[in-house]
Amino acid sequence: MKINLRIWRQHNGKEQGRLVQYSLDGVSGDMSFLEMLDLLNEQLTEKGEDPVAFDSDCREGICGQCGVVINGVPHGGQGVAQPVRTTTCQLHMRSFADGSTITIEPWKAAAFPVLRDLIVDRSALDRVIEAGGYISVNTGAAPDAHAVQINKKRSDRAFDAATCIGCGACVAACPNGSAMLFTSAKITHLAMLPQGQPERVLRVKRMVGEQDALGFGGCTNIGECAAVCPKGIPLESISQLNRDLIASLFKHDGKDD
Amino acid sequence: MAVTGLVLVIFLLFHMFGNLKILISVEDFNHYAGFLRTILNPILPGDTFLWMFRCVLLLCVVLHIWSAARVTKQDYKGKGGRGRYSIKKSLSPDNTYAARTMIWSGIIIVLFVIMHLLQFTIAPAAFGNPHDGPDGRAGMVFTAFGNWIFIVIYVIAMAAICLHVSHGFWSAFATLGANVSGLTRKVLRACSLLVGAVIFFGFLVPPFLIFFGVIN
Ligand code: HEM
Ligand code: SF4
Ligand code: FES
Repeated sequence: MKINLRIWRQHNGKEQGRLVQYSLDGVSGDMSFLEMLDLLNEQLTEKGEDPVAFDSDCREGICGQCGVVINGVPHGGQGVAQPVRTTTCQLHMRSFADGSTITIEPWKAAAFPVLRDLIVDRSALDRVIEAGGYISVNTGAAPDAHAVQINKKRSDRAFDAATCIGCGACVAACPNGSAMLFTSAKITHLAMLPQGQPERVLRVKRMVGEQDALGFGGCTNIGECAAVCPKGIPLESISQLNRDLIASLFKHDGKDD
Repeated sequence: MAVTGLVLVIFLLFHMFGNLKILISVEDFNHYAGFLRTILNPILPGDTFLWMFRCVLLLCVVLHIWSAARVTKQDYKGKGGRGRYSIKKSLSPDNTYAARTMIWSGIIIVLFVIMHLLQFTIAPAAFGNPHDGPDGRAGMVFTAFGNWIFIVIYVIAMAAICLHVSHGFWSAFATLGANVSGLTRKVLRACSLLVGAVIFFGFLVPPFLIFFGVIN
């Protein structure tokens, strides 16, 4: 099939970017979206032009590297005729009609500066995790499997929340560039588990504080994040974060006496 | 933002029920308007309660506008300023027109509240409706809504409030942590629309009935 592309080209963070048109022949429906871009880059390289820079690693929907905005939808899967909840690398060209025009732009948010073309710097999400998205445990012999008990519903919720791959689509989709879905996924994950309890209060205070300091926007309950999340992290996670945050205001943790 | 907004919503609902008294009779309305000045009277002298109430309300309005300014600035910066994507699709059912225009409906509400207070509380005489006529406080309401210009202004303002509340009400509950499941969200959003609609119609019934001379 033949595809028309409008791709965001931007040399570096300082330069203004713009959309450039390409047309690409010989695309097969079985190609993934990234393989389609590989094909384009081969042709560009042969012509002696600069290939389009984009990020990828696992190409199986688990590392979170590959996200781009496709026809106005982060990862693209929710914008095609038969929606698929997945990452850019797991979206296939059969989702697009022959001869269609596809616009590809990078994540755009204050906290995600564009490095080149479709690649943005998502390390702000790592800073949020560093601020509290962990638990502290002593290493040593593995504990007994049944030593710590947890009810099934809680462990399921923790597991579902833990599937967040840190791709940043939620930030890209949010009209405010807010990272609340991402942060709330980690808060929910650890808040459900016994191991997450000792640091629960400080965690929410620090992660939310870090988020604001990094220049992410605030949440106004629009829901675009959950609509595009490739892992189906639900909007309810944000209310879990808010409940923990409100409760933390009445706790001593984090106060200097 | 959420707490002050909800206080204002509760105030609006009481205000609306109070206004509807004019449908019963002029005496009833005047009695109610007088009652507002004497609430908790044997305990507190004169209109002390009214003034305490006004202070709390003013505090809520000031805090609400302050947080609105903060959140609007943070969000504008957060998305990276103007001109973001060349195409952006809306996919969420919660991404409503009302939700996207909170700051604008808010600004219309501020302007309206200023006019409304001048008209009925601070300087009624300047609007040609003194409140010491034969019909008392109800009299100034009749004068105001005999004029179609005020009908138009009130319809616009109530539409703005209706939009603001139709997102704000559910959003406040979500901010306070009440959005616990997909079903809860549906219920909260339905309540939000209902409160918006009740406020819209509840406030506009008396002006329209007065304008068309159904009550006089
Ligand atoms: C005085 C002028 C007003 C301004 C400038 C204003 C502005 C705003 C803004 C910018 C927001 C945040 C938008 C968002 O969450 O997307 C908001 C939220 C809200 N407003 Fe207002 N507003 C005003 C009056 C009112 C009134 C009269 C009410 C009561 C009926 C009200 C109830 C709410 C509620 C409940 C929220 C949601 C809070 C949350 O999501 O946490 N506002 N307002
Ligand atoms: S919450 Fe979803 S969209 Fe956001 S970073 Fe995690 S996986 Fe990506
Ligand atoms: S490349 Fe790893 S998720 Fe797409």
